[in-house]
Amino acid sequence: MARLDLRKKLSILADAAKYDASCSSSGTSKRDSVGGKGIGSTEGMGICHAYTPDGRCVSLLKILLTNFCIYDCAYCINRASSNVERARFDVDEVVDLTLNFYRRNYIEGLFLSSGVIRTSDYTMEQLVLVAKTLREVHDFRGYIHLKLIPEADPKLVEMAGLYADRLSANIELPRDEALARLAPQKDVGVIKKAMSQVRLGVEAAKPGKRDKIKPPKFAPGGQSTQLIVGADGAPDTEILDRSASLYGGYGLRRVYYSAFSPIPDSSSILPLSKPPLMREHRLYQADWLMRFYGFSAPEIGEATDGGMLDLAIDPKLAWALNKRAQFPVDVNRAPREMLLRVPGLGVKATDRIVAVRRYRTLRLEDVGRLTRSVEKLRPWITALDWTPGGLTDAVDLKARLTTRAPEQLSLF
Amino acid sequence: MRTAVLTSETDFEGWRAAAREMRLAGVEPAAGRFVVEGAAVQGGLFEEAAKFSDPPATLRCPRKEREFSVPKAFVDLAREVILHRSADRFDLLYRLLWRLRDEPDLIKVISDRDVADALERAKNVSRASHKMKAFVRFRQVEDAQGEAWVAWFEPPHRVLEKTAPFFQRRFTTMRWSILTPDGSAHWDRERLSFGPPATRDMAPAEDEIEEFWKTYYASTFNPARLKVKTMQAEMAKGYWKNLPEAALIPELVAASSVRTDVMVATPAPEPNVRFARVVARDLHAARPDVEAVADSLADVERGVQACRRCPLYRDATQGVCGEGPKTARLMIVGEQPGDQEDLAGRPFVGPAGQVLDAALEEAGIDRSDVYVTNAVKHFKHEPQGKRRLHKTPNAGEVQACRWWLDAERRLIQPKVVLALGATAGLAVLGRKPAVMQERGRALALDDGSVGLVTVHPSYLLRLPDVAAKAEARRGLVDDLIATQRLMS
Repeated sequence: MARLDLRKKLSILADAAKYDASCSSSGTSKRDSVGGKGIGSTEGMGICHAYTPDGRCVSLLKILLTNFCIYDCAYCINRASSNVERARFDVDEVVDLTLNFYRRNYIEGLFLSSGVIRTSDYTMEQLVLVAKTLREVHDFRGYIHLKLIPEADPKLVEMAGLYADRLSANIELPRDEALARLAPQKDVGVIKKAMSQVRLGVEAAKPGKRDKIKPPKFAPGGQSTQLIVGADGAPDTEILDRSASLYGGYGLRRVYYSAFSPIPDSSSILPLSKPPLMREHRLYQADWLMRFYGFSAPEIGEATDGGMLDLAIDPKLAWALNKRAQFPVDVNRAPREMLLRVPGLGVKATDRIVAVRRYRTLRLEDVGRLTRSVEKLRPWITALDWTPGGLTDAVDLKARLTTRAPEQLSLF
Repeated sequence: MRTAVLTSETDFEGWRAAAREMRLAGVEPAAGRFVVEGAAVQGGLFEEAAKFSDPPATLRCPRKEREFSVPKAFVDLAREVILHRSADRFDLLYRLLWRLRDEPDLIKVISDRDVADALERAKNVSRASHKMKAFVRFRQVEDAQGEAWVAWFEPPHRVLEKTAPFFQRRFTTMRWSILTPDGSAHWDRERLSFGPPATRDMAPAEDEIEEFWKTYYASTFNPARLKVKTMQAEMAKGYWKNLPEAALIPELVAASSVRTDVMVATPAPEPNVRFARVVARDLHAARPDVEAVADSLADVERGVQACRRCPLYRDATQGVCGEGPKTARLMIVGEQPGDQEDLAGRPFVGPAGQVLDAALEEAGIDRSDVYVTNAVKHFKHEPQGKRRLHKTPNAGEVQACRWWLDAERRLIQPKVVLALGATAGLAVLGRKPAVMQERGRALALDDGSVGLVTVHPSYLLRLPDVAAKAEARRGLVDDLIATQRLMS
């Protein structure tokens, strides 16, 4: 095979990695390069160094070590049967690219994944070797996210946890039956076991109160996973149930939802259409409601139509329209948990209201200064000088809250 | 009108001292103003210009009135707001300082017009600082001392000094400079220093690695998901001129719909020629037959992992089969695996397992002689945030899983089967026992072995009262001792 030049390889292996939505570099331990031999720091909050026109953040150098793969997962551009152009990086090439990009402040670190070549163990070993070289040879203190090859030996997962900030194994599809059909070489049980190992590893690395010697670090940035939306027939409620189960079971930091995106050279057993981006957006909103707003998956499910979230309005508004008896909420007296359920009030705005109402009784104008838009809130709250009257129960409330500027109809 | 002169646009200490003097002198916000030295001053003819070093007029005041304090939150806020590029920021801060005299909690009233205004400006400054951390692009240069890194950057607010230490912490071993129209920052691997404003031409015009970076940027973009507004909300156009990759944006956007249409319209191709040679084994082709009667414990293990007799497999990590010697004379049956058992794939390793182990030891039973298993092999639970709450399996699930428990009993043929709790009792006896009445008594089982029932160890964990817990523990140990007697 002809040797590809490095830029060509980069283009192939970045293209091959882009269907993984995760690019987060947040939530790991705080550290910097002071007193070290190399470069790199992480300060809690992740940094997005650029945004591509798909609206996604570029925080890490997200590449595959290779896109050769012995698995044939129908939804994946790198599946064994695909005719896509193949390439493979050497370990040193990835290390050099990472450091060269990092020195110029293009990235927060590396997100390395790979197609499975030879065996799962061999592939995982290569991934670990890149991380190990960056950490031990170059004293690199930036962020490293390693993809787990779930079938790999638990010892390799243990090593990966020593060098990486975050580990992830993708659950891929919400329905186990669909995974069996579309990814015949993968087994959901194996993926979950890998996640279990990471959770147990992270928990074991948390020092006890009386520990004098701290246990070695293990993936301080935790683990995440990704679900593909729209490739199997699973409705939103099933997806959210699956997420809730994953958050509860494996202490995941994030579940990423990736609208199934048409890929070049795609398989005939999958829908060929534009990705359902709005559906993906609503799922993320619902996910947020579960993680930060105290909603359970079944509660969100109550406001769906046949298990699907309303694409026209956000899931919190859909829930509130169904539960109008609980509104309006008095911003001056209501508990925080109830304020969080008001459509249009985010976590920050809620906290601001709770903080300031100790000193002032709030008027609608005050609420306006604490939130983004007071208009959306009107039907749901009462304030010192505001009560929505019959607005909360208005039959056409949904329409009133969603009206947009009238559009000129096409003549033809 | 009283005017204070500050040494620079970001002269916080100067503003602080001047504002303090003004407030002590009783200068109302409308009557005081701040100007920066060197900046064009538009003032009245009869203005009194006062540098903060001038002897203040307030020296005549009694000492007590010369002292006042403000909340730390105000000082922190002011430090940020002063970096904002708006001209009236000094006046806004002085107005806040003035109002703090009568409203000491003012800074906490974030709905107040002035406070909200200051917070908004502080937020803009913080955002500008964050974006500086993101969008500075270093270029490599060589000079007499070797390799160095230089960046040209134009921050929307005056955040250079605030943000430079970040780069020092991150690139401690690199010699770098960040040049901006407000000033420049230099790190020589030992000391951070600040210099005069710079111009774009003082920074290098190119860097060979930028071509790789642009290649990466273009390749990581997914043309099927165009969301230009989202991109611009986070990467405002004002930054684009200093970002090498931003030059690619117009062509990427223009080509995206064509690329997507082609992908959607192209028919699925044939698999590539090397496919059959390289593809890995299909795991699902040879799924174990879960209806076949298990001949060995290994069969049971395989069967449980593939079991779909009830829906509990779906949210569990794995089925958890029994553990212990094939020749065990005692089988202990629990209810179901818990959170820890589900993760580890082994029975009774969590908190309830520890209670059981301790009780076994006290009763003189060696756990390694016992076959320990559960009535239901998958963990039934309900997720709640980052935890999983145990749920009792229902009769249907117990019935479905008896297939596996019966197989284990058939293969082990224990002399005594001890059921822990009512669910295990149901699985072993075929009826729900009254645990508290029937505990510790020998019950005849269909296969000729002896059954016993006692409480589940997790019952002890739920008892809040220390005395009740100790008593329950004694009861459990007594039942284990009774079990031990039945075996001999």
